[in-house]
Amino acid sequence: MTQPVISARGVSKRFVTHKQRATSLKERIVRRKAVTEGEFWALRDVDITVGQGETVGLIGPNGAGKSTLLKVLAGILRATSGEVQVEGRIASLLELGAGFNGELTGRENVYLNAALLGLSRKEVDGLLDSIVEFSEQGERIDDPVKHYSSGEYVKLAFSIAVHVDPDVLLVDEVLAVGDEAFARKCLAKITEFQQAGKTILFVTHALDLVEQLCTRGIVVDHGRVQYDGDPSYAVGTLRKILGTDRPVGEPPAPEPRGAYVHAAIPSLTAGGPRTAEVLAGQPLHVCVEVEVLAAADVFAGDVIVVLVGAGDIPIFSMRTPPGQGVPAVPGRYTVEFVVEHAPALNGSFILAVQVEDPETGYPLAVARFDEAVKGRGGDLPGILAVPATSAVLPRSGAA
Amino acid sequence: MATEAPGAAVPPLGDRSELARRRARAQSRVSWELLSQLVRKDLKVKYQGSVLGFAWSLANPLLLMGIYYLIFGVVLNNGVPGFAIFLMCGLLPWTAFSAAVSTASGTVVGNAGLVKKVRFPLQVLPLSAVGYALVHFVLQLVVLLLVTTIFRHDFSPAFLLIVPALALLLLFSTAFSYLVSALNVRYRDTAHAVEIALLVWFWLNPILYTSTLVKDKLDQYHLFWAYFLNPMATVVTTFQRAIFVKDGYVNTKPPHAIGHALADPGYAFYLRNLAIGFVIAGLLFLFARRVFTRMQADFAEEL
Repeated sequence: MTQPVISARGVSKRFVTHKQRATSLKERIVRRKAVTEGEFWALRDVDITVGQGETVGLIGPNGAGKSTLLKVLAGILRATSGEVQVEGRIASLLELGAGFNGELTGRENVYLNAALLGLSRKEVDGLLDSIVEFSEQGERIDDPVKHYSSGEYVKLAFSIAVHVDPDVLLVDEVLAVGDEAFARKCLAKITEFQQAGKTILFVTHALDLVEQLCTRGIVVDHGRVQYDGDPSYAVGTLRKILGTDRPVGEPPAPEPRGAYVHAAIPSLTAGGPRTAEVLAGQPLHVCVEVEVLAAADVFAGDVIVVLVGAGDIPIFSMRTPPGQGVPAVPGRYTVEFVVEHAPALNGSFILAVQVEDPETGYPLAVARFDEAVKGRGGDLPGILAVPATSAVLPRSGAA
Repeated sequence: MATEAPGAAVPPLGDRSELARRRARAQSRVSWELLSQLVRKDLKVKYQGSVLGFAWSLANPLLLMGIYYLIFGVVLNNGVPGFAIFLMCGLLPWTAFSAAVSTASGTVVGNAGLVKKVRFPLQVLPLSAVGYALVHFVLQLVVLLLVTTIFRHDFSPAFLLIVPALALLLLFSTAFSYLVSALNVRYRDTAHAVEIALLVWFWLNPILYTSTLVKDKLDQYHLFWAYFLNPMATVVTTFQRAIFVKDGYVNTKPPHAIGHALADPGYAFYLRNLAIGFVIAGLLFLFARRVFTRMQADFAEEL
């Protein structure tokens, strides 16, 4: 990691719930003792160090403490305990049009916002044109912002935040409001920021975005950091927490009984290193590590691996022949599947593994490995990249 | 997981951290730019869409002056010549102070949207309340000075007293604004208490009555100095000394009329009071700023 720009050590944040807090003098005196009762820890012992140039996706269920963490890092909330240090100019987009005054015009709000970020009028004069252009407001920049739509608000706010040349950009789930064209522009700008070595931290529920943009994913739940590292794994971890790693309507997976799937590792050669990509026509090996647990009833199990594509469509399945799966002896086994000629796949794929009782078909263990492999079969849409040729035939009846 | 620093685009490490530190400082310090932007915003929002706009800021004190003049100058006939001007010398600084303080008491709460969502130096909020009141005051003062010079046709060195009087008004208003804006976040009673206190406090200043009356009552106990423990009384009397009476005018027309409107015709008296006022206001300022900086970290949470 390069030079740390954001560092939080042992940060906890306690909120006293509103009902309990005395806001008037009378209440203060009358209920002096009651104040500590309704407390709630929004953050517990959070340690995060973010280096210069990292793009971190902060994800988690609603109410997990993501926004609180962002506000603590932005210096808006004071941590109850722990230490926070952030270097450089922080631009934050914590809410739609925060810091905007509806009565003022877009232009006046640009000056006001920039002043809040510590810029001088002169500096803003130089930036104004590009801010207006990026925000796509044109003539509307001289309208009071109370007449703006929520999308226009965000465009202007984002435009200001990225043009003031911040060292750290903190963004809380606001970009979702802009239209697709603007979203694309934002992404391009963020990429530009990444290249310029700026540090970006954003909270989002658009998990695809995390995988697409971030160099790192942090999963927060119940005020604690549950995972910090690879964005794809972060997304997978969150999906497990949310229970969205199963398609809608499917009953929750039964508790693993008697077996546990540790990993499903795709590789290009037998026992080779993990590959992230399936190459069309090349062999694809999938090593599944299964542990048969010393439970009361120990079962032998058939192992099934399903490659699942976007929209939870199973592409193909592989299974051990009946009776040739893992034996009913506790221990850790590796089951290797080989596809001699992998199909030309296109997109990201999940490896779903199930171990089932060969007699009853009852699942002993289920597991999903998100973003296990990717295929870059071609530029055309479709999960399968099937080569096709075309020819323009002469018009029938002509000549 | 950490990306490699893209070398070309990034300035050398040392430069960058120095720059970063400077920018972090710029973001947590109150700049003139920010202050003027906020004051401008408040003015714009207040007078937006009104035809007369800023002229309204003159309407309020003019109306008050009209009423007070009618009641105290004409009906009760208090015998102060040029009572209208005497009145304005006290009323304008007092209005500025009370506007600053009552605006300040609601400023953090009123800007909750900003405080909770944007990181900026929060001290600018009470300061902008003072700035807002000051802009009005300066405008009103200019009008008052114009009116006085038109009717009097001369300038007096006493005019220079406006400078320290204005400075004291500014310091004291700022100190008080810091205090009430911070306290009102946790104790919402503050704003209400301030409103009441200002009503009472108004009468502790020689605005509608002359300081001579107070002097007559207090001098026998040698307590007249205590009256000026209230820096606003000093501000008001100093403004009266600066604008209301010219040099010589006081001395040539004793013992009644103008000479009696002011407690003292000289300068030393006012300079002494100003010194007392600055000490009190200065101490209050230090205390209030401490309270503010202590409490501000919890503003976002308490709103």
